[in-house]
Amino acid sequence: MNRNFASILVGAALALASVTAAGAGTLEDVKAKGFLQCGANGGNLIGFGATDEKGEWSGIDVDFCRAMASAIFNDPTKVKFTPLNAKERFTALQSGEVDVLSRNTTWTMSRDSSLGLQFVGVTYYDGQGFMVRKSLGVSSALELSGAKVCTQTGTTTELNLADYFRSNNMPYEVVAFEKNEEVLQAYEAGRCDAYTTDASGLYAERLKLVAPDDHMILPEIISKEPLGPAVRQGDDKWFTLAKWTLFALLNAEELGLTKANIDEKKTSDNPEIKRFLGIEGDFGTPVGLSGDWAYNIIKNVGNYGEIFDANIGPSTKLGIARGLNNLWSKGGIQYAPPIR
Amino acid sequence: MNKPGSAFVRDSLLPARAPPPNSVGIVGWMRQNLFSTPLNSVMTVVILVFIVWAVTPFFRFTLVNAVWTGEDRQACATATGACWAYVKAYLPQFIYGRYPIGERWRVDVVFWTLVVGLIPMLIPRAPYKRLNALFLLTVFPVIAYILLTGGHHQFSGRWIPNSWMSPSPLRFAVEYALVSAAVFGVSTLFSWMSGRPITGSWRTLGFILGAFAIVLALVSLDFGLVPVETANWGGLLVTLVVAITGMVASLPLGILLALGRRSNMPVVKLASTIFIEVWRGVPLITVLFMASVMLPLFLPDGVTFDKLLRALIGVALFNAAYMAETIRGGLQAIPRGQYEGAQALGLGYWQMMRMIVLPQSLRISVPGIVGSFISLFKDTTLVIIIGLYDFLGQIQASANDAKWASPVTGLTGYIFAAMVFWAFCFSMSRYAAYTERRLDRGRR
Repeated sequence: MNRNFASILVGAALALASVTAAGAGTLEDVKAKGFLQCGANGGNLIGFGATDEKGEWSGIDVDFCRAMASAIFNDPTKVKFTPLNAKERFTALQSGEVDVLSRNTTWTMSRDSSLGLQFVGVTYYDGQGFMVRKSLGVSSALELSGAKVCTQTGTTTELNLADYFRSNNMPYEVVAFEKNEEVLQAYEAGRCDAYTTDASGLYAERLKLVAPDDHMILPEIISKEPLGPAVRQGDDKWFTLAKWTLFALLNAEELGLTKANIDEKKTSDNPEIKRFLGIEGDFGTPVGLSGDWAYNIIKNVGNYGEIFDANIGPSTKLGIARGLNNLWSKGGIQYAPPIR
Repeated sequence: MNKPGSAFVRDSLLPARAPPPNSVGIVGWMRQNLFSTPLNSVMTVVILVFIVWAVTPFFRFTLVNAVWTGEDRQACATATGACWAYVKAYLPQFIYGRYPIGERWRVDVVFWTLVVGLIPMLIPRAPYKRLNALFLLTVFPVIAYILLTGGHHQFSGRWIPNSWMSPSPLRFAVEYALVSAAVFGVSTLFSWMSGRPITGSWRTLGFILGAFAIVLALVSLDFGLVPVETANWGGLLVTLVVAITGMVASLPLGILLALGRRSNMPVVKLASTIFIEVWRGVPLITVLFMASVMLPLFLPDGVTFDKLLRALIGVALFNAAYMAETIRGGLQAIPRGQYEGAQALGLGYWQMMRMIVLPQSLRISVPGIVGSFISLFKDTTLVIIIGLYDFLGQIQASANDAKWASPVTGLTGYIFAAMVFWAFCFSMSRYAAYTERRLDRGRR
């Protein structure tokens, strides 16, 4: 009887280990599959990777995958999302379960060097910030001297907080809690003057307060949390493709190319725009794409600014200001090498 | 009529008088059960006050102050009660997860097929039990698998080198035939060595391998269904798939392991004991974590094992170990005389177990088995750790939606989850109590 079971198990393993032929490169595999497999945030991080009640995905991380799908297939719908949690995201990328990981992941040296993955770039410059009541009358974190600050225990948030206040010679008091919900409750109940965590998180948490408009996020960012997509190490062609998808989004904004006006701009005399649209020179073939790859991205998804505004910008519920994420020419640090 | 002689003896019964008013009705019941002694009276009052104190806010939150209608968070932002409007808007996602909207009828078909198949199984007097069980255990899983995943599974084999034969269903078929032949060979060798008739084991093996081949052929057929990868399953669908597969797989496995542990054959006994103790010694969360994070690193490049499948195997094996111990308890409660009696009748080991021992011991084990099932059902929520969004996980994730985020959204979600889990577990426990009474009728 045990023998029979063994045979069944062998058969089952044989049948169910899904057979993915190990091809030459990720791009060839993706083209053969007919869609891009994108690892996204399954925990619904609003504005970055989330599904609504109809199961429709949205967010800047999600739109980055759609941009890649547009570059490859000229079709932003040819992407399948795998909801991932923070623990398994790297394994999913390493094991080939997803082709690109676009799940608000902080680019750090240890991750870049020892996890078998490569960060493509930065889609959102995040960092630790402070939220306060507008009624407090504070407009800068430097005015928080003597404040009670709510935070989560045992995270780097607490250390950054200590460093910032000490280096600015300001006394402060930490009110720390184990869970995020508790922190928010304490802040709402007025047990502290300020609430600190990553800025993107502050904007999302603000929505859970009774009157979000009575609270504001201070402009100071006290830590570096650059968020970006990552691909598997060892496939340089694929890495280049992903990198230039991001650069195309940024270059388009810089060149003033939007979803709406890109067709008109085809007649533009600007050589940079001509190169971007693939009218002059061939920049697609070396990365394995068609000549109008960048046009397809913008036509289908829009440029970086459009993606930002649609998902997390001031007109959305989150209402995040561009700040650091503005183009370098407009006071931010988003910068892309030219297409030349 | 008047009998003579005894004027002082009553010849008719006095009509029964009404009992004293304070010992009947509600008053009487309360006097007897709630206020029989001063101590009891005090306790009654204290507990009553406690219940009112604890339950009133709950009702106020869930019913009185609750928000029932609304389009988005505006409705609930300032509410002091549950935000049922959010549950209403999100209910489909709580049930199906991210399963594509156009394909959700497939989940419905599977669910109602299960209900239609299961209800006659649960009613003791309904006929065709054997056929029904056969349907539920063989035909139904195949239907469910094809409908839920979309079928059209591409088998291409993986052992025969590409230079000999290109990857194709044919190569897989050849490989399957080779494996089958090897299994036949091994079984023949065993039978030959132990001097048993060969044809019997051949028949069993042929039946199993043949049935398995049919199943594989069926799931590789193209029924024109859109494939839905398991990463997009979620909500109650995942909870039920994990729970039901776990229950169905762990019971027979558990029985085998329990028998193995009580076996006289040292190897079988040792293997079963080791299996049970290892799995019982590890928390489920570790098992799931291993399956999801470590396993992919051990597999060769390009081989990905479905995440849900990994969780299913983990949950089934984990619960099989617990089930084995529950059933072993039942086996040990059967008096030796039953075993000896069965042997005296000339029954073989399997006959003895099937006809004499197991029916009695399973009956004893019913409460324990149901306890295991209930805890399994609740344990399914742990699959969130490996990124499967079960019922609870889906609720947690949805509470972050900017459209609905509010101070009460998360709380409402948790209350709703608690109510649904309670409904499932309580009905399981009630049905088990009913079965227990029914099976126990002969012993009272």
